[in-house]
Amino acid sequence: MNTEQWLGLVTGVLFGFLLQKGRVLRFDKQVGAMLLKDMTIFKFMLSAILVGMVGINLLADTGIITLGHKPMNVGAIVIGGGLFGAGWAIMGFCPGTSIGALGEGRWHALFAIAGMITGAAVYAELFPLMKTTVLAWKDYGKIDLSQITGVAKWILIPLFWVGCLALFAWFEKKRL
Amino acid sequence: MNRKRTTDGWSPYLAGALVGLLAIASVYATTVWMGKTHYLGASTTFVRAAGLLERTVAADHVAQNEYFTKSKVVIDWQFMLVVGIFFGAFVSALSDNSYRLEHVPPIWRKRFGPSIGKRAAGAFFGGIVAMFGARLADGCPSGHGLSGMMQLSVSAFVALAMFFGIGVVVAHFVYKRRTA
Repeated sequence: MNTEQWLGLVTGVLFGFLLQKGRVLRFDKQVGAMLLKDMTIFKFMLSAILVGMVGINLLADTGIITLGHKPMNVGAIVIGGGLFGAGWAIMGFCPGTSIGALGEGRWHALFAIAGMITGAAVYAELFPLMKTTVLAWKDYGKIDLSQITGVAKWILIPLFWVGCLALFAWFEKKRL
Repeated sequence: MNRKRTTDGWSPYLAGALVGLLAIASVYATTVWMGKTHYLGASTTFVRAAGLLERTVAADHVAQNEYFTKSKVVIDWQFMLVVGIFFGAFVSALSDNSYRLEHVPPIWRKRFGPSIGKRAAGAFFGGIVAMFGARLADGCPSGHGLSGMMQLSVSAFVALAMFFGIGVVVAHFVYKRRTA
């Protein structure tokens, strides 16, 4: 294995370890969130985002790393995001957590993984069609929130923190 | 011996915050060692896995496919990251006695019973739809949800709203038995 592969493996082991310790790999945690009964995955994700957001933007502002926004292609994000949501509800895993769920013994994740590999193969076949239809509708490109709101990034970040902390307080109060 | 060591794991706030630190360390490490900033993600790996499998039976077809060519069918950094998730979760589950050979998850069982066939069909077809959507949207809850939100990308906020919004609607439709 080369450096790149080792780096990926080590990062993945740590990521998988933390996903499992946070108990977010399970079908019941993921579907529980969609049934609005258990907000564990949101507590986990938003905590990761709050911390990562500060560090990544500091590193980007100092020129150490480069940001890599995914394009705001309306058809792709809205239709693709909706299809993902529908499949996610039935499968009960997302791509990363399906692999982790298999690691903690939830072997039915194998069917989900097989389905997702099939789905990727289907997409590869239909990509030319998508390119001339859904992907061709409207693309706003690689834009961030401060560009569309006109509010500086370092004002948005503290606001996001305040909003999430208030949400966490509400989750705990409601025992979600 | 403490037999009640089957814990509820760590606080999701703590584990999540540590993933935030991991994400920061990871963008730094990939930039330094690979010369290009890489963000945590998972779904492109499924394209590569599909390409690797298809290549064993139809190598020419894979070589000619535009999407496989664009995604590059190789075992790269992200592919190994996804492999690593398996081992990390395995070690963590063993460390606190939470490894379970689960056939059918509780919420599914409550609605559809203990049939493995039904669960397999749901997971498989759900997987096809979800991955088609993730490739169209160019990301999943890792790439959009974590990495995109951390960068304040507009696409990530809209994608996550769609993932979860439609997820809530479909989950209520599928798992809530209507009281007739």
